[in-house]
Amino acid sequence: MDLILPLLKNILEEAFIYGIMVIGVYVTYKILDFPDLSVDGTFPLGACLTAALITAGVNPWLVCIIVFPAGAGAGCITGLLHVKLKVTDLLAGIIVMTGLWSVNLFVLGGIIGKSTLPFYNKPTIFTSGFMKLLPEGVYKYRVLILSFVLVLVVKLLMDWFLRTKKGLLLRAVGDNRYFVTSMAQDQGKLKIMGLALGNACTALSGCVLAQQSESASVTIGTGMVVQALAGVIIGVSVFGRIRRMRSTTMAVLGMVIYKAVLLIAMLWLPSTFLKAAMAVLFVIALLTDRMGKQKGGTEHV
Amino acid sequence: MSEAAKQLPLVRLEHIAKTFNAGTVSEMGVFDDFSFSIGEGEFISVVGSNGSGKTTMLNLICGTLSLDSGSIYLRDQDITRMPEYLRAARIGRVFQDPVKGTCPSLTILENLSLADNKGKPYGLGIGVSRKRLDHYRAQLELLRLGLENKIHLPVGALSGGQRQALALLISTMTPIDLLVLDEHTAALDPKSSENVMDLTDRIVREKGVTAIMVTHNLRFAVDYGTRLVMMDKGRCVLDSGPEGKAQYKIDDLLEIFNSISIECGN
Repeated sequence: MDLILPLLKNILEEAFIYGIMVIGVYVTYKILDFPDLSVDGTFPLGACLTAALITAGVNPWLVCIIVFPAGAGAGCITGLLHVKLKVTDLLAGIIVMTGLWSVNLFVLGGIIGKSTLPFYNKPTIFTSGFMKLLPEGVYKYRVLILSFVLVLVVKLLMDWFLRTKKGLLLRAVGDNRYFVTSMAQDQGKLKIMGLALGNACTALSGCVLAQQSESASVTIGTGMVVQALAGVIIGVSVFGRIRRMRSTTMAVLGMVIYKAVLLIAMLWLPSTFLKAAMAVLFVIALLTDRMGKQKGGTEHV
Repeated sequence: MSEAAKQLPLVRLEHIAKTFNAGTVSEMGVFDDFSFSIGEGEFISVVGSNGSGKTTMLNLICGTLSLDSGSIYLRDQDITRMPEYLRAARIGRVFQDPVKGTCPSLTILENLSLADNKGKPYGLGIGVSRKRLDHYRAQLELLRLGLENKIHLPVGALSGGQRQALALLISTMTPIDLLVLDEHTAALDPKSSENVMDLTDRIVREKGVTAIMVTHNLRFAVDYGTRLVMMDKGRCVLDSGPEGKAQYKIDDLLEIFNSISIECGN
């Protein structure tokens, strides 16, 4: 019990924080059918901006609001490269991810650059404001509670958005591009919007993780795509048959399963093998998903 | 609309040239100084062999392909350089592939709601209008397929014929100037194909839409529509005009068709 409870807390905390990103990646990967590698750059972008701004004394909640458009901007660049300059989806993501590496170094350390920036003992969303009012017994669960609230808010907002006229149209882009054109709408603009939304969520996720660990590093982005895609794929393949469950919920629960398996595996593996374990898990998720589809037939008649 | 614009044909293609893969070994000239017009209220059936330029003509009208030279007018407006999605506000299109006209993962209701909003901004208002539910049900009843009782079903669960009927309804949901039908019965089984063709005729009549239909089905071309056109090598080899369509029978068309094919060496 002494081991299980902290482990469970750890799994859920991580799953909820990364869950914000998974909701964003659900939009780009499942809705737009766009494997967006730029999240490997926008996740640390969110974290690095957070470290720089909090170090400069900016309110941690305001920081959360600032990183959102920053991530959206990066997503727009990926979208513009793909839509306007006709760069393939994978390459557009790789270009932005590569470029953001320098941006992130610059954000942390100016022209000379810096790869990590701790900001211990500075106020974060987990240590300031109403979090201080929490009773002693609840305070140790503050990360779990707040990350759950944050992922829930992002999920509900995304659910609402996907039911608006604009959201329905966005869902139509990945489904059938001819349909969107026939609705007299520019599907290129919608793709850019979707990528902006996906990367904004990713940057916010990076921001929350940085505030939880009270530090940021340019290297934390490596493997983000793999994690996020695994979460989405596991979520949709495990919970896809539950009719009333929203896809955003499936994506977040997929992340819980992924993190649970990963963290349990890491109890036995040396930390050197973390990324290898992530890669292997992703392959397993892909294969399981494919086998599930073959068994259950195609999605559409 | 001005009086002068009312006198003009609805669509005019003037001195059009289009070559595919220009400057390569696979260069193929489809149109060279081709002109064609579609009159207001006409329902034109276009037949012709593969590669005769029928679908290319539709793609040029809709803006899917760009011209090498020439101009396209919709009423008095030059739409030659207008992007495809903007033309779509005034030109509805039903494709050969039933998959292209609808969104499989959205429900029938969501598909219709999106189509109903065409021409207006797609903002942050709620996507599905419950107030319009009765209107959508009434529209679906026109199809006589019982889809009004399946309004919450994802479109991906429907058959090809049902989806094509829905695509027809979607493309004519809001007022349009022209309906483009691109071999829209070709991918369906004989019964569905008859149903969809019958439905097309009803929708065109009831909504008073001008339509151009490309088809390989000579009987449909003869039985439906108000004007008959046969194309070959980027030219019109037969144009019945609005008055002369009744005189053409399937056998006449077959005869002309065969003589052209022999010329082509097919």
